[in-house]
Amino acid sequence: MSKMINPMQADVALDRSRVTDHGKGKVEVNAQDLTYRELNLLLRVVCDEGAKHLLLKNVNGQRYIATDLPPVKIDIEGCAGNDLGVFMNGCEITVNSNCQDAVGNTMNAGSIIVHGHSSDIAGFAMRGGKVYIRDNSGYRCGIHMKEYEDKIPVLVVGGVAHDFLGEYMAGGVLLLLNRPSVQGATEFGEMPSDLIPSHHIGTGMHGGVIYLRGRVEPYQLGAEVAPVDFTDKDTETLHHEIDEYCNHFEVSDDERQELKDSEYVKLIPVSHRPYGKMYAS
Amino acid sequence: MSFPKHLSSSWQLHGEKIIAACGLIGFMNRDKSLTDGSDIIKAIANMKERSNGLGGGFAGYGIYPDHADQYAFHLMYMDESARVTTEEFLHEHFSIVAAEIIPTDPTAHVHNPPLLWRYFVDVEAASVVNEDESDYVVRLSLEVNDRIEGAFVSSCGKNMGIFKGVGYPEDVGEFFRLYDYKGYTWLSHGRFPTNTQGWWGGCHPFGLLDWAVVHNGELSSYGTNMRHLEMYDYKCTLMTDTEVVAYTIDLLMRKHGLPIEMVEKVIASPLWEAIDRMPEDERVVTEALRRVYGPLLFNGPFSFIIADSERMIGITDRIRLRPLVVATHGPTYYLSSEEASIREICPEPEQIWMPRGGQAAATELYETAKTTNKEEVVTG
Amino acid sequence: MISYSSPEFEVEIKDDLCIRCGACVVNCSFDALEHDEDDDRIVANNRNCVDCRRCAVFCPTLAINIYENGLAFRKHGLWTNRAQREINKQAETGGVLLTSCGNELPSTTHPIYWDHLLLDASQVTNPSIDPLREPMELRTYLGSKPDAIEIDDQGKVKAPNRPSVALETPIMFAAMSFGAISYNVHKSLALAATEAGTLYNTGEGGLHPSLYEYGDNTIVQVASGRYGVFDEYLKAGQMIEIKVGQGAKPGIGGHLPGEKIDAEISLTRMIPEGTDAISPAPHHDVYSIEDLRQLVMSLKEATNYEKLVAVKIAAVHNAAPIASGIARAGADVIVIDGFRGGTGATPTVIRDNVGIPIELALAAVDDRLRQEGIRNQVSVVVSGGIRNSADVAKAIALGADAVYIGTAALIALGCTVCQRCFTGKCAWGLTTQDRQLNKRVNPEEGSERLYNLLRGWSIEIKDILGAMGVNAIESLRGNRLRLRGVGLDEETLKILGVRPAGK
Repeated sequence: MSKMINPMQADVALDRSRVTDHGKGKVEVNAQDLTYRELNLLLRVVCDEGAKHLLLKNVNGQRYIATDLPPVKIDIEGCAGNDLGVFMNGCEITVNSNCQDAVGNTMNAGSIIVHGHSSDIAGFAMRGGKVYIRDNSGYRCGIHMKEYEDKIPVLVVGGVAHDFLGEYMAGGVLLLLNRPSVQGATEFGEMPSDLIPSHHIGTGMHGGVIYLRGRVEPYQLGAEVAPVDFTDKDTETLHHEIDEYCNHFEVSDDERQELKDSEYVKLIPVSHRPYGKMYAS
Repeated sequence: MSFPKHLSSSWQLHGEKIIAACGLIGFMNRDKSLTDGSDIIKAIANMKERSNGLGGGFAGYGIYPDHADQYAFHLMYMDESARVTTEEFLHEHFSIVAAEIIPTDPTAHVHNPPLLWRYFVDVEAASVVNEDESDYVVRLSLEVNDRIEGAFVSSCGKNMGIFKGVGYPEDVGEFFRLYDYKGYTWLSHGRFPTNTQGWWGGCHPFGLLDWAVVHNGELSSYGTNMRHLEMYDYKCTLMTDTEVVAYTIDLLMRKHGLPIEMVEKVIASPLWEAIDRMPEDERVVTEALRRVYGPLLFNGPFSFIIADSERMIGITDRIRLRPLVVATHGPTYYLSSEEASIREICPEPEQIWMPRGGQAAATELYETAKTTNKEEVVTG
Repeated sequence: MISYSSPEFEVEIKDDLCIRCGACVVNCSFDALEHDEDDDRIVANNRNCVDCRRCAVFCPTLAINIYENGLAFRKHGLWTNRAQREINKQAETGGVLLTSCGNELPSTTHPIYWDHLLLDASQVTNPSIDPLREPMELRTYLGSKPDAIEIDDQGKVKAPNRPSVALETPIMFAAMSFGAISYNVHKSLALAATEAGTLYNTGEGGLHPSLYEYGDNTIVQVASGRYGVFDEYLKAGQMIEIKVGQGAKPGIGGHLPGEKIDAEISLTRMIPEGTDAISPAPHHDVYSIEDLRQLVMSLKEATNYEKLVAVKIAAVHNAAPIASGIARAGADVIVIDGFRGGTGATPTVIRDNVGIPIELALAAVDDRLRQEGIRNQVSVVVSGGIRNSADVAKAIALGADAVYIGTAALIALGCTVCQRCFTGKCAWGLTTQDRQLNKRVNPEEGSERLYNLLRGWSIEIKDILGAMGVNAIESLRGNRLRLRGVGLDEETLKILGVRPAGK
């Protein structure tokens, strides 16, 4: 038995028949109907045995994928469950479908590329690494993202996101591309397509930067943020992230150029001490 | 099994409200095509992590085509004497067309099942004095729960039934042999209570006439909501949020005749700053709704799905502290706590989205939409 | 704006004793004392005095006394000195009143139930035991226990599927973050916990790289801000504590102002220097009990199921069902922090009005877990105003597995409960990041003081056990029959599960 199997996990079934070794470190795992404990234990074991590239088939809702794994490449087929990449430190994940709540929760390094949408609290408290979501994201996207030294997390959403976007944000880069082509008509109701639909954007924000393609009304912004002018460095960051996004999701050259040529709103915190005047002392 | 009877005494005993959190899923075939109960079992089983084996349940609509016009009373009994007393009571007030034991699979993993019976009844016109028929049925079903020791009505709607019990929902579904029923709307609930309510009646869905509610979250405003409803003769005896949800919807939609677009503005009202910004006509209505129905604002995290024979509505609190996903595929409309559970029975939905907090994802049968001459309601 | 409040304290410097050494001036970090060069005497600015008593203790001739300014306000039964002072402060600033440490409300209105509980002793019918010469065991295991042991065919015990941790005494150091307290205090706690065979808790502020070596005696905390949380940190200690709430501020988040985020704090919290560290009121990935399960299990997955996971809540009205939910959510330890629990900073209105006493919460939680047959699944740790070994013994008799001490530990290091931690100026060098003030705590000496405290209490607990005629702490745990209540009404006795004295 692998040295990585903790006796505490002895009650979890380890179904090796789910594993197909394609050689050269590429290992396929059939996740069909596995519990997250069974799946994640299997992943621990195959990584321990030298797998460098995991191909997960038939994933549907299993949680915590890629936590406590060495920095391997992971391709996920199916809908990834909550907390995909929680506390992750270096894996490179691609999801060919949607993912659920808290993708990239408190992640430290690595990347998650989602060919679909994500539900709420995408990128919660992430400190490093990159998350690219092709379509929309739910509530509290990018909430409490941080940064530290060379760790500057990036979260890019191809569509739009719901309320409390970037709430408490303390660092990193949050970019909404507002591509009409990826937005479900039912999702945000009828509104001018250039108007970002989120409210309470950047409320409590005290670090980092939010870029929004389109426009926002002042009432949509939290009291702690304000739009500011672009610098050359902003344009550089923006173009770099647009390129990365477009490469991941095979966006046409025309649209790529359109994304780069569009108007963006840049939001930064008004103060690093938003609540300095709250107290009577 | 124990029946806390009367339930309000269990309130006094513990002095506390029942707190539970959960996983929810529901789907409606809007063309009224029928699906057997195995799909809903499969879907809720995908969210096993959201429940803890202390409760699960289902509601099915269209499952009793042979008795479609009678009220279907689903009863739980602690013992034979409760059954005898209840049957006498039902005989006295209704005309019983059929009475039968609810078929179960004794090998399923559930704990201490009660005696389970169902009755298809008609209401004699002469019995109903000074109230409408639905109020009569509600009043009497509450009376069974209130007065008859060891008896509990889990549902009393027409052509629908609620099946619930202590165990994981998929086991409860197996126990009730739901694969033997065919329905056009199905709801399910997996429960994660923070106490042991080893009592089958306390599981969800909660039913009231045709309404069935499954709920996830905690209404921090429960005390305010409950005391307001009590002014309108609703007795909140179960001390659960689900009951408050059902009574509120019943009051607003059935008794006060509000459309769902207004109901959502009551239970998940827009913030005042948003109301202040609304166009004048909309502002006046929304402000009035909030001023009049402020005590029915559901505050705190929730998402719930409520259905009756024609509709299915899902909604979360106004800042969306609980999850809800909507999907459609052909005539079928899905609502769930997690996308994966929908994909378990519909791998590639045509549309899938997350509704805004406080905005109802509501749908109805095609035939209903036609008679009310309006388009399918999809807000979000 | 001119303050309408008179000074709260008056500093008296006895001129005949004062030798003008200036020690008091140097020691005062609140600018309340200065040396008047012209008159060659020490003068006090009473307005700035917080009554921390650093000057008085360090005056070599004991020339300093500090008095409450009793007539600062006109006496009134309703509009008390405090009520008037607080109104003035808010009229002058428009802000939220801030304070520190635990609830200071008098026991006349807010009973300290420990003081209404009395311990039993053996007389005649069973012998008391002399703890100095007879074996006396305090070792305590935290963690989930199965209801029955499983033995395999070879007669070997099957490995338990949940981890556990052993404490040599049932007293741990409560969560206090590096940021709220200084590095030297953290190191003192780490050293003392190691020496005493118990655990200290990082609080929500990460773990300084130089303290990883004390991991075997460390609890790492994961709170709503997720500061300093990454995979190595999670694996660094014996236990991971999810902080949902604390007694001094149930339902309220935290906020370490940017001024306190210097290079070292920045390194530990993993945020840039000078930025605010805001801990939101809730965990934004935990809005419900099933979400809590998700977080508990994510921490277990992230640590290969090797660490205990604790969940800490404030003692609130529904503590019992919440605790039951926590147990069912998969936690190994439930921590309940009572109404009088301490803090570095909290809104006064919350500290003094929200929550319930720990004694009642503990009794209710222990009862509920037993009624539901899940008491073995979790350990129960309580905190919030544990002052001495008797409080510890009474907590254990009510049903706790172990206790946390926070304020008591700080007092051992010099704290005088002046309730000004939030100013960051602590004259005792405890709750400040000022490098000069920090030097006032020497980790070696500090750890000795803390170790001594634990040693003293542990010996006393053994004395208590011996007097009762038991020689293992297990036999006191949940043994409410060895408690009696005095001056308590019937309902309270019922909640505590304790008989009145004399019965």
